[in-house]
Amino acid sequence: MTKGMNPRRGAGAEQEELPRGKRGHILMRMGRYIFHSWPLFLLAVALTLLSNQLSLMGPMYSGEAIDAIADPGGVNFALAWENIVWMLICYVASAVLSYLLSVVMVFLTQRVVYAMRRQLFEKLTTLPVGYFDTHQAGDIISRVSYDIDVVNASLSQDVVQVMTSIYTVVGSLIFMWQISRPMILIFVVTVPISILFTRYRSRKVRPLFRVRSRKLGELNGYAEEMLSGSRTIRIYDREREIGGAFHARNHDAMEAYYQADYYGAALGPSVNFINNLSISLVTIFGGILYMYSQSGTVSDTSMFFITLGGVAMFVQYARKFAGPINEFANILHEFQSAFAAAERVFRVIDEEPEPADASDARILTEVRGQVDMERVSFGYTPERMILHDITIHARPGETIAIVGPTGAGKTTIINLLMRFYDSSEGRILLDGDALQHITRNSLRGAYTMVLQDTWLFHGSIYENIAYGREGATLEEVREAARAAHIDGFIMHLPEGYDTILSDDGVNLSKGQRQLITIARAMLAHTRMLILDEATSNVDSRTEIRIQQAMNTLMQGKTSFVIAHRLSTIQNADRILVLQNGQVTEQGTHNELLAAGGFYASLYNAQFS
Amino acid sequence: MRVIIGYLRPFAKRMGLGFLIKVAGTMAELLLPYLLSYILKDVVARKSMEEILLYGGIMILFAALALACNIIANRMAARVSCDFSERVRQDLFDRTLHLSSAQCDRFTVASLESRITTDTYNVHNFVSMMQRMGVRAPILLIGGVLITLLMDSYLSLVMLATLPLIFVTVYLISRKGVPLYTRVQKAVDGMIRIVREDAGGIRVIKALSRTEHEHARYDRANRELVGCETRAGVTMGAVNPVMTLLMNGGIVGVVALSAGRVADGLSDPETVIAFMQYFTLISMAMMSVTRIFVMYTKCAASARRIAEVLQAPEDLPVMAEDGKGPAGRIVFDHVSFSYAGRANDVEDISFTVPAGGSLGIIGPTGSGKSTIIRLMLRLYDADSGRIYIDGRDVRSIPGPELYAMFGTAMQQDFLYADTVEENIRFGREIGRESMEEAARIAQADGFIRSFADGYGHELAQKGANLSGGQKQRLLISRALAGRPEILVLDDSSSALDYRTDAALRRALASERGECTVVTVAQRVSSVKNCDCILVLEEGRIIGSGRHEELLESCAAYREISESQMGGAIVD
Repeated sequence: MTKGMNPRRGAGAEQEELPRGKRGHILMRMGRYIFHSWPLFLLAVALTLLSNQLSLMGPMYSGEAIDAIADPGGVNFALAWENIVWMLICYVASAVLSYLLSVVMVFLTQRVVYAMRRQLFEKLTTLPVGYFDTHQAGDIISRVSYDIDVVNASLSQDVVQVMTSIYTVVGSLIFMWQISRPMILIFVVTVPISILFTRYRSRKVRPLFRVRSRKLGELNGYAEEMLSGSRTIRIYDREREIGGAFHARNHDAMEAYYQADYYGAALGPSVNFINNLSISLVTIFGGILYMYSQSGTVSDTSMFFITLGGVAMFVQYARKFAGPINEFANILHEFQSAFAAAERVFRVIDEEPEPADASDARILTEVRGQVDMERVSFGYTPERMILHDITIHARPGETIAIVGPTGAGKTTIINLLMRFYDSSEGRILLDGDALQHITRNSLRGAYTMVLQDTWLFHGSIYENIAYGREGATLEEVREAARAAHIDGFIMHLPEGYDTILSDDGVNLSKGQRQLITIARAMLAHTRMLILDEATSNVDSRTEIRIQQAMNTLMQGKTSFVIAHRLSTIQNADRILVLQNGQVTEQGTHNELLAAGGFYASLYNAQFS
Repeated sequence: MRVIIGYLRPFAKRMGLGFLIKVAGTMAELLLPYLLSYILKDVVARKSMEEILLYGGIMILFAALALACNIIANRMAARVSCDFSERVRQDLFDRTLHLSSAQCDRFTVASLESRITTDTYNVHNFVSMMQRMGVRAPILLIGGVLITLLMDSYLSLVMLATLPLIFVTVYLISRKGVPLYTRVQKAVDGMIRIVREDAGGIRVIKALSRTEHEHARYDRANRELVGCETRAGVTMGAVNPVMTLLMNGGIVGVVALSAGRVADGLSDPETVIAFMQYFTLISMAMMSVTRIFVMYTKCAASARRIAEVLQAPEDLPVMAEDGKGPAGRIVFDHVSFSYAGRANDVEDISFTVPAGGSLGIIGPTGSGKSTIIRLMLRLYDADSGRIYIDGRDVRSIPGPELYAMFGTAMQQDFLYADTVEENIRFGREIGRESMEEAARIAQADGFIRSFADGYGHELAQKGANLSGGQKQRLLISRALAGRPEILVLDDSSSALDYRTDAALRRALASERGECTVVTVAQRVSSVKNCDCILVLEEGRIIGSGRHEELLESCAAYREISESQMGGAIVD
């Protein structure tokens, strides 16, 4: 049975070829995973060899049975039956072993895949935050699922396939050699045809399939994009125009599809042709040799001698021999995909984790909340600095508001305070200690934060709020939710706090999601607080209602607030105006208004 | 499936011709084992070298014929299936664009997408496979069985007995396997969800030191997935060995039975050799037939999903006019509406906007502001009450005429991968000057010109390479570029900083001429100069009037206004 294109590896599985040295390296690493389960692997190898040996012996017995039946002196029943029984035993045993083999391979590959996935995920959680800022979630996910899947499929199918193929090719050749050496000559004709066909396949057809996948992907992308705008298309009455634009792309994609299919149409028939051709050649040569053997022209000791059973065997071995040769290109290609996929997985596993805490780093126990940022400069890449020479002093309990246009570097300051990134110049102190001398975990644990991008996970509302403090009781959770003015809404849900938050479950508005994260923050008792556009999605009236709770949350904490609404900002102890990575103005609301700078001009614009 | 067959009808002739060619090729292939046994038995007995070469030559000729016929037929099949699926996809896409909003909500956009992409792909694959394997396999099956029956009907009974066994076992195992794979897919989704969540929430996780907790959560999902995959693999792993065993078992049976028959002179060993070849061919055909069955179920499900969209009834029909309605450019008369058919999302909404007037709508999220706009644009029909545009019931105005009056910008509106210019024009006939004029009023001209390629600047999908404020200004440019009679701005300046928003409103006020403007906003500053402002809460109007009047009369409005005294400072 020819192996069809694996659907999981169909579209988009085209990878660049890896350099030879790298491939060896990856093979070694994969080998190490397998080595962890070496008894299973040895068992698999043994089962492969044994089951193939048995299935190779089947045709031999069938040939001998035919010879026994075709015995010139009448059917030799004893010999025939003996061979038939052996044949049956071989096939049954081979089937049992090959099933066992597939079970063993499932267990083996699942162990490897489990370990890879686990290693990959645990590595991800130790990577610096910067990794997630520069890599899209979709890319990370495709490594965890798609790439590991490809490796998995390759391990469980291709490895066995390769062993089987080699064994079958060599084994059939040996059997055929024993049956009739001259007849092997027919492969001088068929093997070159196979090779030509393989080259046609990889040079001509495969690139066309690549184009086809790409075009189809583009078409799908276009359809998805346009559907997301179907309402707008309707209210501008553009259905016909967009349909026309789609038509051009649809036609284009289907032409690419046809081109690939046009040349690909030769693949199946060619495999069959090579098979049929070898059968025809075996018949011709076998027929001639058999004719002379029967007539006695060729003596039974000559290498040209062949029996009827011999011809029968040869036909079967020729078929077995041709299969793997035709599949060779396919397997090679799949191995390339698997190597490329494994390489992408290893690349993550090899990423530099967040550097370890300094050996003298201490664990924060008591925090007062004095934060000093002194002459700090920073850029995510050295070529492009985001912050220039920033100095901020926050005394315990003070509220510092940061104001500025998009891209001014507000969130970057937060990233540095929590040491998601390390500043390139200047220093940051907490209670007089440089951040480098404090363990990251305890530093981050000293802050509570609410961000604009609300983060909720698949789980109950209770679990999501209680995430703020391990072991929080339901009563404490409800208390926090009440303060965030979301308890009433939650209690109205049929499942209350046990409601599972999921993509297809309850539909929370952005505002409600943000209120839940505010409730989560209320549970955590820390001395420092970060609010990064924490109420940007909450409408004005609700914001008024939770203002009290926000004030309580900020009470006695050193707070850093980024907000675009004045109501949150104007009571701050100090407002910093950040422009192009520099602090251009600072002071209280009134001081800044009096100064008549950028802040004042923004503020006054509304009254014009 | 009926819809699919309907689409295939125009191709009937080409498919018929392809079918004949395919049959010819397959028949040529089927004759090979027969010739094999004929040569070994009769020709060898005649001891004629020439005849062996002659018949051997015929075999090679047949093999070549099979090759040529199959390639030609496959190519014809490829042409048919590509043309076929191009039409299906096109009609599906066109129909999808014409679905009403209510129908889109019911189908969901994600599902409509997958119907256009995955489902047409499945149907395409099936149509293509049916023309290749779907012709070849039955011919091999039937032809093979016929030839073997002719050669030795007794022996061919073994074959006939094995075939149903192959079909049944594969079918049974697959039926057991499919639900297992569904569970694998669910487990994969669960695992991916955790990765996606944690990639997005890495800051929170690190800040709360919950890494260990996440490891444990992931480990559970990982184990679950491994368990499911193992179960599925162990089950499906049986398919190949069982099929191979049945096939080989059949061959053993043929050989075993033939022994006695040869002894009785009823058969000969050469026939057995041919039988072994036929057995391989037929078993492989049987496996293909089984695969066709599995694919058929998949294709039928996809075909049904495609047909659902194609056959969706025409929604929102245009009604006959029934006399003149109340005067005013836009009139809502006691309008109520509910998306889900339960509690009303807006209730008892009444207002009148005179031609050239301006209306502001303000209220918290979820209060029904956008719903009013959608009803005005007839994306949905009101459940009760009536809506008039220029005295005509909105339901009696044909779509093109209705939408020609409006220019609309919504909050999270649609930008697509094309140039800035095309995004503003949006396929309409709009001169360069009007376009730039619109962009100037929308305060977009400045940032567009800051691109090196100006209006030719290419946007990424969904305009992802623009900031929120830039996107909104482009959308407003688009709304203005058609010089609409009614301009609708649905929360479309929320991402603008205060100064730009003010400049936009100044420009609009001085340039709008006779245009009627409807503004939906959360910011008081965006609506306070409107002739009339509606204050909405939970789907009802709780106050209406001018800014100053509302400050007096509407407590909620006053509260919002005071809380926003500074408006948005920046961003």
